[in-house]
Amino acid sequence: MAGRVVRNLRIALLWGAPLLFIGYLFVYPLTRILAESLNGEGFAQLVDRERFRNAAWFTLWQAVVSTVLTLIASLPLTWALSRFNFRGKQLARALVTIPFVLPTVVVGASFLDLLPPGVLAILAAHVFYNVAVVVRTVGGVWSRIDPRVEDAAATLGASPVRVFRTVTLPLLRPALASAAAIVFLFCFASFGTVLILGGGRIRTIEVEIYQQAVTFLNLPVAGALAVLQLVFVVTALLLANRLQRRIGVDLAAEVTLPPPGPRHRIPVAGAVIITLGLLAVPLVSLVSSSISRRGWSGLAGNASSALSPGQAIGNSLLYAAMATVIATGVGLAAARIIERRGGGWLDTALMLPLGVSAVTIGFGFLLALDRPFDLRGSFILVPLAHALVATPFVVRAALPLLRSIRPELREAARVLGASPSRVWKEIDLPIIARALAVGAGLATVVSLGEFGATSFVARPASATVPTLIFRLLGRPGTASFGTAMALAVILAAMTAVLVLVIDRLRGNEAGTF
Amino acid sequence: MKRLVLLVVLAASAFGCSSDEPVILTLIAHDSFADAVTEETFAAFTSETGVVVEVLAAGDAGAMVNQAILTKDNPLADVLFGVDDTFLQRAVDAQIFDGEVTAIDYGDVCINYDREAFTTNPPPETLDDLTPIADQLVVEDPSLSSPGLAFLLATIDRYGPEWQKYWAELRQNGVLVAPGWSEAYYGEFSGGAGEGDRPLVVSYASSPPAEVIFADPPVEEPPTAVMTDGCYRQTEFAGVLGGTDHPDESRQLIEFMLSVPFQETIPLTWFVYPINEEAALPPEFVENTAVPTDPVRMDPATIDENREQWLEEWSEIFG
Repeated sequence: MAGRVVRNLRIALLWGAPLLFIGYLFVYPLTRILAESLNGEGFAQLVDRERFRNAAWFTLWQAVVSTVLTLIASLPLTWALSRFNFRGKQLARALVTIPFVLPTVVVGASFLDLLPPGVLAILAAHVFYNVAVVVRTVGGVWSRIDPRVEDAAATLGASPVRVFRTVTLPLLRPALASAAAIVFLFCFASFGTVLILGGGRIRTIEVEIYQQAVTFLNLPVAGALAVLQLVFVVTALLLANRLQRRIGVDLAAEVTLPPPGPRHRIPVAGAVIITLGLLAVPLVSLVSSSISRRGWSGLAGNASSALSPGQAIGNSLLYAAMATVIATGVGLAAARIIERRGGGWLDTALMLPLGVSAVTIGFGFLLALDRPFDLRGSFILVPLAHALVATPFVVRAALPLLRSIRPELREAARVLGASPSRVWKEIDLPIIARALAVGAGLATVVSLGEFGATSFVARPASATVPTLIFRLLGRPGTASFGTAMALAVILAAMTAVLVLVIDRLRGNEAGTF
Repeated sequence: MKRLVLLVVLAASAFGCSSDEPVILTLIAHDSFADAVTEETFAAFTSETGVVVEVLAAGDAGAMVNQAILTKDNPLADVLFGVDDTFLQRAVDAQIFDGEVTAIDYGDVCINYDREAFTTNPPPETLDDLTPIADQLVVEDPSLSSPGLAFLLATIDRYGPEWQKYWAELRQNGVLVAPGWSEAYYGEFSGGAGEGDRPLVVSYASSPPAEVIFADPPVEEPPTAVMTDGCYRQTEFAGVLGGTDHPDESRQLIEFMLSVPFQETIPLTWFVYPINEEAALPPEFVENTAVPTDPVRMDPATIDENREQWLEEWSEIFG
């Protein structure tokens, strides 16, 4: 009897957590703002005006091209980091996440030193920001493909290219599709990068929504654009889902990776050095200007701001911790539902916040979140909004591995008398523990770098490091600029250290099963 | 019976205790105001009246006004501060205020120049002087940035129906458009901390004093200066939001913001000018910047009526 209550409670939590989360924080606010704004007039203007058509077309193709380029650029490093063991590997895995948190306003100048403003600079920046997504999402699966499968193909006479094309790539396909979907959504909703690197004339749907909603308060057009954005995003997700079907070969629970052999030493070193070297270019110029602009002395005395750098760092860490816990819990429950019950719709719903404009969600929050508790203006909205963006990363990291578990394995356990929760604990959980840590790491990184959430009401004292950087860059003075650069370096260092720590935790866990 | 009366009196006084709790007023403001608020800012008001002020930051001025309009039925705050002439009409039309709005401060958007770049050649003095050297000028996109819009309004007021011709010339001669103030000032401007190579930028009359106050290492004189022609004056207003439970305290707060002691803190806290002429300016503002000659001001209703069309026409020039 008690067992049944516990089980029902568990099922209620399993379903309730993700549904309540996505329903209350996304679907309901989105519905409210769309209900408030939509009318025929908005759609008519959308069809009528060339600027919206141009923006829609540009948004779509740049997101597709950015995604393809990111996948291509990330694969060598992903291969090197997931097929071999070598010294400094953990550090490389951590460093690659740094670009993710750096505000474009801070690194934009180094892009424009190398490339003229325009489409090329935008594409390069999108690759720069998203390499981490591919390296970590795809790497999680790649490192667990049993090398013997590939060896078998090679023994049968397949060339390395053929082995990759016919064995490795099909095994990686679900993970690649998963990563591609995330990268696509990020590039699709790109705002600051497009404005700063686009040379002034390039607009995305995201930029148009901001402009229509904030500059013109033309909610009908902003709402119509938001619907257009949703249609594109849902279509892209459905396409990606088709590519993510279950793979038929087991992933290994644990693969002991070899050090790179003589044949691989040069390609591995090349992949690591070239990719990290390119990613480091903006970072190096950031560090050097934080020093030359005396930003480090400015960090201590920042008298005229209500918020000290120390407070902002504290806020960032607190919100990152909260967002990671929420996102990991919700993401884990959701991944299980999706895997067991085929809840593809839930997967799609959880991904949507990545591709929907921050203005749309922010305005929706204002309309929707005053009942039953008035959360508007509460600090809790910041970690909740971060978790909203971070949850899909957890799902995406866990899902490919969950899907790789052969049903017979679970059936065998059940036949041997294990309860469903025991099966989950003994079979599923160990397998996805690593992937979960990867997801939690990415969730932390997403929270640390998130900025869009601040476009709606907040207490000034709840500002994070990226917010403080923007504030400092909003006023003149050599000290303001230098301090902003120093804070960006701190943000980068915080990110690398946290990711290293999370990866380390995972390492210990891996040893226990 | 007596005991019952006593009980009722006790209960009533206990209930009444809640009126001893301080009234909390929520002030919604744009980020640049909210960010600079410290515990000191409203301390005098609280000790005078017992009313506590909490500040909410709501993005830029446009986002703030739109948020106030969207939440009109269940307002986020008691008082709104920081709506400027470009968004005032929209706020008034939406009837978010209870009563009139009150002007609190003003700031001038002016061309700033890098003094080092104009040692041999004289700096430009008028809007007309800018066209031949437009390749040295960076402006902000008026559809995304508040100083950008202010500069566009200044040119529209000055050139009337010819304004598009003025901008076409600027474009032809190589003016650069940045998405926002930070990108223009730090990314493209050569003066102060700017990392760019253009010595002319659309900024504020108060930017040179800020360059002195936020300088590291300290400087005696600002590295930048202001062109006093073609400036646009932005006035910022405060108003009581409809639906407040504390209309009297809200008005007291606005009165306080107009008082000389508060007004005298405005320049060094928010880098704008006090509206109350009795408030003395700090020496940094007297010494390090120039007062614009005859700044442009425009009627909020005119701005509201034409904004979308002007911006559309502007982007056609740059399209």
